[in-house]
Amino acid sequence: MYRMANYDEPLLNEMEERKERHVEVKLPDKIRRTELNLPSLSERDVVKHFTHLSQMNYGVDTGIYPLGSCTMKYNPKLLEELAGSEKVENIHPYQDESTVQGSLEIMHKLEETLCRITGMDAFSLQPVAGAHGEFTGMLIARAYHESNGEERKEVIVPDSAHGTNPASARMAGFEVVEIPSRDGRVDMDALRSVLSENTAAFMLTNPNTLGIFEKDILEISREVRKVGALLYYDGANLNAIMGKARPGDMGFDIVHLNLHKTFATPHGGGGPGAGPVGVKAELERFLPVPRVVRKGNNYHLDYGSRHSIGKVSNFYGNFPVLLKAYAYILLKGSDGLKEVTERAVLNSNYLMSRIVGKHYSLPFGGSRMHEFVVSAKNLKEKGIRALDVAKRLLDYGLHPPTIYFPLIVEEAMMIEPTESESMETLDKYAEVMNKIAEEDTELVKNAPSNAPIGRVDEALAARSPVLKWSDFSGQVPG
Amino acid sequence: MKGLMEKLGIENVDELFEDIPEEIKIDGLDIPPGKEEIEVDREIRGILKKNKSFDDMPSFLGGGIKHHYVPPAVRHIISRSEFYTAYTPYQPEFSQGILQSMFEYQSVVCELTGMDVANISMYDAATALGEAARMSKRVSRKNVFIIPKNVSWEKKDVLLNYAKNAEIKVEEISYDENGMADIYEVEKYGGEVAGIYLENPNFFGIMEDRIDEIKEMKEKTGAMLVMGVDPLLLSVAKPPSEYGADIVIGDGWMGNPMNFGGSRLGIFSCRKEHIRQMPGRIIGATVDKNGKRAFCMTLQTREQHIRRGKATSNICSNEALCAIAFVSYVAIMGRDGLRKVAIRNMENAQYAAAKLSSIGFEMPFSSNFFNEFVAIPPVDAESLNKKLLERGIHGALLLGHRFPELGNGLLYGITEMHTKEMIDRMAEITKEAMDDV
Repeated sequence: MYRMANYDEPLLNEMEERKERHVEVKLPDKIRRTELNLPSLSERDVVKHFTHLSQMNYGVDTGIYPLGSCTMKYNPKLLEELAGSEKVENIHPYQDESTVQGSLEIMHKLEETLCRITGMDAFSLQPVAGAHGEFTGMLIARAYHESNGEERKEVIVPDSAHGTNPASARMAGFEVVEIPSRDGRVDMDALRSVLSENTAAFMLTNPNTLGIFEKDILEISREVRKVGALLYYDGANLNAIMGKARPGDMGFDIVHLNLHKTFATPHGGGGPGAGPVGVKAELERFLPVPRVVRKGNNYHLDYGSRHSIGKVSNFYGNFPVLLKAYAYILLKGSDGLKEVTERAVLNSNYLMSRIVGKHYSLPFGGSRMHEFVVSAKNLKEKGIRALDVAKRLLDYGLHPPTIYFPLIVEEAMMIEPTESESMETLDKYAEVMNKIAEEDTELVKNAPSNAPIGRVDEALAARSPVLKWSDFSGQVPG
Repeated sequence: MKGLMEKLGIENVDELFEDIPEEIKIDGLDIPPGKEEIEVDREIRGILKKNKSFDDMPSFLGGGIKHHYVPPAVRHIISRSEFYTAYTPYQPEFSQGILQSMFEYQSVVCELTGMDVANISMYDAATALGEAARMSKRVSRKNVFIIPKNVSWEKKDVLLNYAKNAEIKVEEISYDENGMADIYEVEKYGGEVAGIYLENPNFFGIMEDRIDEIKEMKEKTGAMLVMGVDPLLLSVAKPPSEYGADIVIGDGWMGNPMNFGGSRLGIFSCRKEHIRQMPGRIIGATVDKNGKRAFCMTLQTREQHIRRGKATSNICSNEALCAIAFVSYVAIMGRDGLRKVAIRNMENAQYAAAKLSSIGFEMPFSSNFFNEFVAIPPVDAESLNKKLLERGIHGALLLGHRFPELGNGLLYGITEMHTKEMIDRMAEITKEAMDDV
């Protein structure tokens, strides 16, 4: 039977202290700090502490992690080794260009390669996360329309879109118009009815969050173009189409990629990631500065573009993540990336064929690509919800799918196995999902029992916030 | 793949891609074929050889980012793959380890800054400033956000992008002959000020000591006070809470290498009365169904995955692993270790400044500085840097392009990585190079 380690690990401030050493702080009295309540521990105890904590955590290296739209694939270890080089780490961003030719070359080559993979004409590597890329893309859309003397106010998103899409559009000052889906795809009539001279952009994921390819994409692109708006590609699902189709050929004007998804850089418990933005030639002049340019055999940081939207992050992007993605692309190459996509789509379809049945239904017809969304609504009559299935999966040592997203599916479970998992693993996953549906309701509702803790009271956390170690009191004892 | 295809009853994998319109179908990508691991290892390291790192060439660059020591134990902790191959802890029962580490990070940041709450990271200090400006507007419902003229140009550029579509007007106040922001200039904006941004240390490395004056000015204007800090300085100097700060941001470099400026984190912390307006992920303590202490993400109704277009920010992926590096660094160094490093930074910087003074550099500001300072060489700074580079040393940051009033000014960054010998040698070679310019 599966068990995750459970240490009752104390907080750092609850651990036994080393003896304090006296440090004389030679600062003027006016600004000198007298109290600093931080722990003083031995390296041995600190390493033990975090090792224990790591053992109370689940990662891709532990097992299947099929969070839909997150592409939790295996991260080759070579990438970590390369990014740990002192030639990566100990480089200051303001060093003379002649001393950072290696970093600039890798960035330039990565930009070129991403152009070929997506069919775009130019890339900026500066955005450091997917949502950050979306924000950058929206600033570019705004700058483009302004350069045409237009102040377009609306951005359209489908109701199946990632939450970041409307949030990013709003941050860039746009009003968000949400359109309903029809049969799991963009409803062309709904789209036409909201497209206007006031539309700045239409944001779309393809395949969408249901794992369904928007086969009307060329018509969508024509309609968007007709009103002079831009088509924006949320690259979260690029893993489904590499070597099969390119967003640039579909008519997208701006794309962002999530290198931490498609290009195998680890997710780090929530980051760092990278969200490069690619554009068609007519939008290149709006990309953030500096651009990495090549002159002869040398690379430069070019701040020249007058039309640039300026900067979106402190320096040039999350370089170690960029390096890892480039190494991954070299490892896979043309044939390898296509195979990644084929295997990801095969795995997803196979797992779907094993899961969809009397317990889990598949909303909307048609085929699915790298991910699929099932509904657990049939289990409601037994008193079991998607959340309960997710918690029970933990008892079998399996990470649950994304749940309750997209919002248009009742009791949604969004599953993306990625190319990394074997048929055996997929069989086991499906077997457990189906077994849970037939288990005793109380057992499922009380899950997990094999994780370090039982189900968490998230409502209490929000009602009486304890957000640091000096906050403990009353209902949430320290 | 054959086995899977048989099970699915398909003969060709292309059957799964039939929804893609024929006109746009491609077969493979126009990039080179895949390579073996050993080849990729060789190729990438070959390219990286063209970089000169701090180890190849001591650097004296400042500018808000500097080379600091990262204890090997930090790297080992964040190399635990249960941490680095996990994602955002959506399933708390399977993520107690990283959630507790994140809670510890928040606790450490709050202790250093004196604030009530910290999020689990922004992308970097610049985007943290952008978010702080937007939050100041949400809280105050006013439109002017004030920054000193002497902030990093990178930060300012990013701020402008975050501010401009939120109807926030960014205004600058000048700096005085001590290199410190002229806080009295704020008064001319009357009651319109949403927020004021001040730094400790500021971009010129100068420590802020006008505690009462800043508090008074804040009260007079009713604005939010946003402070940018170096967390190391806060181990020895009074926290921003004592200056009346409402939001504290900073570059969370601790435990994170320079990385050409990337993969670090933005600190973001604030007072609890403004918590509903905060951007980013927050971890809270609670109990599980058996009453045992547990951790989970909390106050998520501020966030994009719940609130969509009405969220406080669009941020989703952040810099979580860098935050684990940060808290590991603090834990390993400990209270006294941090203070020792802080003092060493200051002493080394003072030593370097004295050395440069002794060979004819002018110090434009007499204020106390932390680990960066401005110095003006008696010869052309750009030519001097070229000569130094020829001699295997990277000079300080040229300021003239962005601060023409400082003309020939250089911004030095000195840390615990700069030994006395290194500084002596730098001064010696600088002197030589000066004769050569």
